[in-house]
Amino acid sequence: MENDVLTLGGHTFTSRFILGSGKYSLDLIRAAVENAGAQIITLALRRAESGETANIMDYIPDDVTLLPNTSGARNADEAVRIARLSREVGYGDFIKIEIMRDTKYLLPDNQETVRATEILAKEGFIVMPYMYPDLNTARDLRDAGAASIMPLGAPIGSNKGLVTKDFIRIIMDEVDLPVIVDAGIGRPSQACEAMEMGAAAVMANTGIATAGDVPAMAQAFRKAIEAGREAYLAGPGRVIEHGAAASDPLTGFLEAKGGEA
Amino acid sequence: MAEQRVDPMTYLPGMEILEDSPIQDEVLRRVAAYDYSSVTAADVQRALAHEVKTPEDFGALLSPAAEPFLELMAQAAQKETRKHFGNSIQMFTPIYIANYCSNHCVYCGFNRTNKIRRARLDDEGIEREMKAIAESGLEEILILTGESRAMSDVKYIGGAVKIARKYFRVIGLEIYPVNSDEYRYLHECGADYVTVFQETYDPVRYGELHLAGNKRIFPYRLNAQERALRGGMRGVGFAALLGLSDFHKDAFATGLHAYLIQQRYPQAEIALSCPRLRPTLVDETIYPKGVTETKLMQILCAYRLFLPFASITISTRERAGFRDNAMAIVGSKISADSKVGIGGHSGREEGDEQFEISDGRNVEQVYHALLDHGLQPVMSDYIYV
Repeated sequence: MENDVLTLGGHTFTSRFILGSGKYSLDLIRAAVENAGAQIITLALRRAESGETANIMDYIPDDVTLLPNTSGARNADEAVRIARLSREVGYGDFIKIEIMRDTKYLLPDNQETVRATEILAKEGFIVMPYMYPDLNTARDLRDAGAASIMPLGAPIGSNKGLVTKDFIRIIMDEVDLPVIVDAGIGRPSQACEAMEMGAAAVMANTGIATAGDVPAMAQAFRKAIEAGREAYLAGPGRVIEHGAAASDPLTGFLEAKGGEA
Repeated sequence: MAEQRVDPMTYLPGMEILEDSPIQDEVLRRVAAYDYSSVTAADVQRALAHEVKTPEDFGALLSPAAEPFLELMAQAAQKETRKHFGNSIQMFTPIYIANYCSNHCVYCGFNRTNKIRRARLDDEGIEREMKAIAESGLEEILILTGESRAMSDVKYIGGAVKIARKYFRVIGLEIYPVNSDEYRYLHECGADYVTVFQETYDPVRYGELHLAGNKRIFPYRLNAQERALRGGMRGVGFAALLGLSDFHKDAFATGLHAYLIQQRYPQAEIALSCPRLRPTLVDETIYPKGVTETKLMQILCAYRLFLPFASITISTRERAGFRDNAMAIVGSKISADSKVGIGGHSGREEGDEQFEISDGRNVEQVYHALLDHGLQPVMSDYIYV
C-alpha cells in the first residue's frame, strides 16, 4: 500500500478521493477536505470567479490540488474557452471537462467532450473528461490525450451508486488509463464497491455536502475508499455463483490421461 | 366612450410569429383538459410515488385533493432541492430603470392610465444605481422596465446591459417581449436570462385584464421564452401572477409551459417564479383571491417535484418569515434589497413603485437569514461564454 499512488499527468497523489466543492455550506468545506484526506478538489470555474462576499477559494486549503471544471459549457468551444480562462487566472493545468446540453438530467455530451479533450490536451492541459460510460468514447478520449477517464456511476446528484457498473468495468478492462468514477456515488458503500472493482479513484459531492454531519460523512467516505482499494489490491477471492459447481460436470467425458493422438 | 380593443389572439404588425412551434397549442389544449376537481387522493399518492413526475402527476399535486399531503410534498420537495442545488441559494436584486408603460393592465401600478410619477434613468443614473447595488456585494442583477418601446427601446436596454457588465457577472432581463433578433442583440450586450410573466394562461381572462398596448397580444407574450432561446439566451423564466384567474389552471399552465420548452430546448436553464397579486399605489384592495399562503406552498412544492432542476425564486411580495422557510424547502434563488420604484438603490427615487413589497430586508439581512437556515448564499455561479 505504501507505494500505491495515483498518477495523473505526471503528478502523484496518495489519496484516491476527489472531493467536489459545489453544494456545500462554505464553512464546512475545509472540514470536509481534512476529514476526507482529499488531495484534489474540483471547482467550477463559474463559482471560483465570484467576487468578495462568498468566494469559495477562501475556504479551500492551499495544499490541495485544484481540479477546475468547465460546468456551464454546452459545447466543446465553450469548454475550451472556460479551460483557457481557468489557466489564465492561475488555476493550473488540470481541467475536468464537463459539457452538458441537457439541463434536466445533466448528462455529459460524449462527442463534444472528445472534441474538447483533443484541443485541450494539445495545449498541454491535464485533461480529465467526465463522460457517459461508453467504451468507444473512452478509447477516443484516450487517443485524444486524456489523463484519465471519468465515467458517471449514475445521474449526477442521484446518490444511486454504480448503476452503470457493467459498462464502467468494460472501460477498466479495455482502456489503460486511470478510471475515476464520478457522479451518482452517494454512499460510502458505493464508493467502496467502485474501488473494489478497480477504480483508480472516486469523486463525490452531493452525498457529502447534503449529509447531516458533513465532516463525519467525509471521513466515512475516506475509510470506504481506502478499504475498497485495499480489497482490490489484495485480489478478491472467488465468489461462488449459483450453479457454478454442478454435480455432473460438463467436462466429465474427457479421458483421464491425455487423448488418443 | 370605450376604446376600440384589438383581438388579443391576433399578432400586430412587426411581431415575430413562430410558425413551427407547437408549444402554445399544446399548453392551451392540456390546460383546457385539466380538471383539478376530479383528482382523487389515490391519484396524488400515485404521483408522489413516481420518481419522475409526469404532467398528469403535476396536475394531481396541484389539485385540492393534494392539500392533505402538503407535509409529505414539502419533505419530498426539499430532498429534490438538496439533490440538485445542495445548500446553495443564489442572491440577486431587481433594478427598475424605467416605469413608462404603454399597456393598460387593470391590476398593475405601472398601467398607463395611472397617475404615478414616471421616470427613466439615463446612463448616468443607471451607473449610479448599479454601483450602489454592487457595493452591497451582489453579483447578479435583474434589469426591469415598464413596457414602453417608445420610452425604453431595445437599444436603451442594451445600453443598460453593457453598463451592468461592468458591475455584475449575471444579468437577467424582465422587459416587454421582443423578437428573437432583438433578444440576440441583448444577449450580445451581455444578458443571458429572460423572464416573462404570462400573468394568466386563460386567453379570455387575459383579454379582460390587458386592455391595450402590445401586452394585449396573448400569443406574442406566450412565445417570448422560445424567441429568447432562439436569440441565444441561456435561460428563461416563467410565471403566472396567481390570483388573476383560476390559479390551479394557471399554475398548471406555468409548469407545463416550462416543461415543454425544456423538452424542445434541452440546453435551456429553466426558472420559475410564483408571484401572488399585491396591492398597488392606486388600488389597495387588490388581493390574491383564494391563493392562501398554504396554497402557495403547495404550488411551490408541486413545481419543485415536477421540475426538480428548475431555479425557483421566492417573491419579495411574500413576508420574510414565509420566504426564509420556503427557501429552505423549494427555493434556489432569492432577491434582497428589492426596490420596485425608479432610482431607489442610490437614494434618489424618481419614479413610483409597481406594487407593494412585503420583504424589504437588505442584502446583509437576507444573507444572514439564509445562513441561519443552514443555507449557503451564492453571489454568482455563472460564466458568460
